[in-house]
Amino acid sequence: MNLIVCMKQVPSSNEVRMDPKTKTIIRDAKSAVWNPFDRSALEVAVLLKEQLGGHITALSMGIPDTSRLLEEAISCGADEALLLSDRAFAGADTLATSYALSLGVKEIGPYHLILCGKMAVDGDTAQIGPELAETLGIPHITDVTQIVFASEKELIVSRKIDGASQLVQVTLPALLTVVKEIAQPRLPSIASILHAKETPCTVRNAQNLQADTTRTGLLGSPTQVVKTFTPPPKQSGVTLSAKPDQAAKEIAALFEEVKR
Amino acid sequence: MISIDSALCRGCGLCVKTCAQQALFLENKKAFCKDSCTLCGICVDACPFHALSLPQKTAKEDLSAYCGIWVVAQCDQGRLLPVTLELLGKARQLADQKQVPLSAVLLSNQAETLARELIFSGADQVLLLSHSSLAAEDEELTFRLLAEEIERRKPEIVLFGATAFGRSVAPRLAARLRTGLTADCTQLEIDKEQGLLLQTRPAFGGNLMATIATPYARPQMATVRAGIFPTPKRDTSRTGTQVLLPFPTKKKPGLHVLETQIQAENSSLPSAQLLVVAGKGIGTKKNMKLVHRFAQLVGAQVGVSRPLVEAGWSDYRYQIGQTGVTVHPKILLSLGVSGAIQHLAGISGAETIIAVNTDPHAPIFQVADYKVQADCIATLESLIQRYESQK
Repeated sequence: MNLIVCMKQVPSSNEVRMDPKTKTIIRDAKSAVWNPFDRSALEVAVLLKEQLGGHITALSMGIPDTSRLLEEAISCGADEALLLSDRAFAGADTLATSYALSLGVKEIGPYHLILCGKMAVDGDTAQIGPELAETLGIPHITDVTQIVFASEKELIVSRKIDGASQLVQVTLPALLTVVKEIAQPRLPSIASILHAKETPCTVRNAQNLQADTTRTGLLGSPTQVVKTFTPPPKQSGVTLSAKPDQAAKEIAALFEEVKR
Repeated sequence: MISIDSALCRGCGLCVKTCAQQALFLENKKAFCKDSCTLCGICVDACPFHALSLPQKTAKEDLSAYCGIWVVAQCDQGRLLPVTLELLGKARQLADQKQVPLSAVLLSNQAETLARELIFSGADQVLLLSHSSLAAEDEELTFRLLAEEIERRKPEIVLFGATAFGRSVAPRLAARLRTGLTADCTQLEIDKEQGLLLQTRPAFGGNLMATIATPYARPQMATVRAGIFPTPKRDTSRTGTQVLLPFPTKKKPGLHVLETQIQAENSSLPSAQLLVVAGKGIGTKKNMKLVHRFAQLVGAQVGVSRPLVEAGWSDYRYQIGQTGVTVHPKILLSLGVSGAIQHLAGISGAETIIAVNTDPHAPIFQVADYKVQADCIATLESLIQRYESQK
């Protein structure tokens, strides 16, 4: 089974704060890590490969430095890695990103299944999976919680939707977005880390991929940020006692007032 | 990369400070940009001399042909979802402001009955696909119907509830129509100058809001979570038209839903009147017991912030925030929650917020009505003692 796992590099700290006075971003420790949902997607691919045999390609779009993390993907079970990196890809929204990823998928060649995390923890949009599936013209299933049956022809999966769970059958090739709990990502072994160091990550730019650059990056992104701001404080709140006992008394009074 | 007009640049360095990617630097008192620029545009706003600019885009087609607002309706076992009504209420305001018609799109086996309800809640027109086979939601059919009807009827704005269904269908549709989609908006407005839909949502994974527009593609698409907008008053004197849609072109389906199991909604958080919310500041998983004990004593529900779900101390269905549950309690006691913007988006509907945190700079204090700068566990223990001694 040929598997492709889409992976996104995200800041390790979820706290990008803006100083409301100077309008500058206060940087916390911001080293890059994999989106945790994508790690689970990679683990699902590794489990499927163990069951059915096959080949796993980790696919990402990002700055050249992303290759460092793709090496980590190889140490966690991917056979190879493809990084799409070009100035022409910068500033991409989800539509332009899914177009670039679709070119990456075509570069990889025939596949049975594409796995994506349900969403990324930095953007929270959960749009790339369905958008990529449509760009490639294959069916997609979101919020997958379990792979019930797998072959190279079809999958049966369960998914969690609002107030219900579903059992869905899909003919391959197809794309799944998976929840984080679907699998517990394994830690790399020393041997796999050494193997990853010897397996270079393939890097492709817009020209290699024959990309239509009116569809990539900022130019290919229909959405644009017109304004960023820090939300104004609601009002100046009342400060209660900083002594736990006294504060508890005041909090209890507020609760009792509401309950009355 | 961002363009920098070196004639206008004074080398003040403000842009360098705003760049989260650390892509900008100064050399000989002029700003320069490295490849790591992601064109986020924050520096463009920060430059007092207008020296920085983003590449300009233009429309690929005539946008004036697009008119009207659509809300994609959802129902469950013969009842419209609350988020559908909330969207209609908001969309009604937008439609009035733009002076365009508001349509609801509905696929159902009881479409005629529900169509009336959609009109009572603000729709001028209901586009229906009514058939006995449409008892359950069908993502692929909805997608194909919307793709065909949007190309035919050209609405300017299309809104979805950010349900599992909406979050699956809307992005696929945006990719088909090659247009923009903004997920989980917390605010929707019409721009007074150009009439564009301004879509505001938390961004950059931090305490920052971004207003996003889709200036050069149509339709402008957005999803909104349940509980963000108020439910409009049902007005039975309202009238509107119903338009029967044809079935979309037949295509072999890729998916087969073999079984759907309804799971009782175990979370009553959205309707909780009294709420206790725990965050990282409670210190250990063991302390969740104290949180639950107090909640039980006072008759409150318990919610958590995202880090606790990620740490495995609680379940996702109790997560409060932009990508979790939106709550509207009369009173909310927030314990050790720092207050990331996504979390604040989920609690903005609370009438009274009491925040307990040791960090005086925690963003939660900016939205709190009552602030307690103290150890949340000590406060909690004291609260439990107080209630237990009353028994």
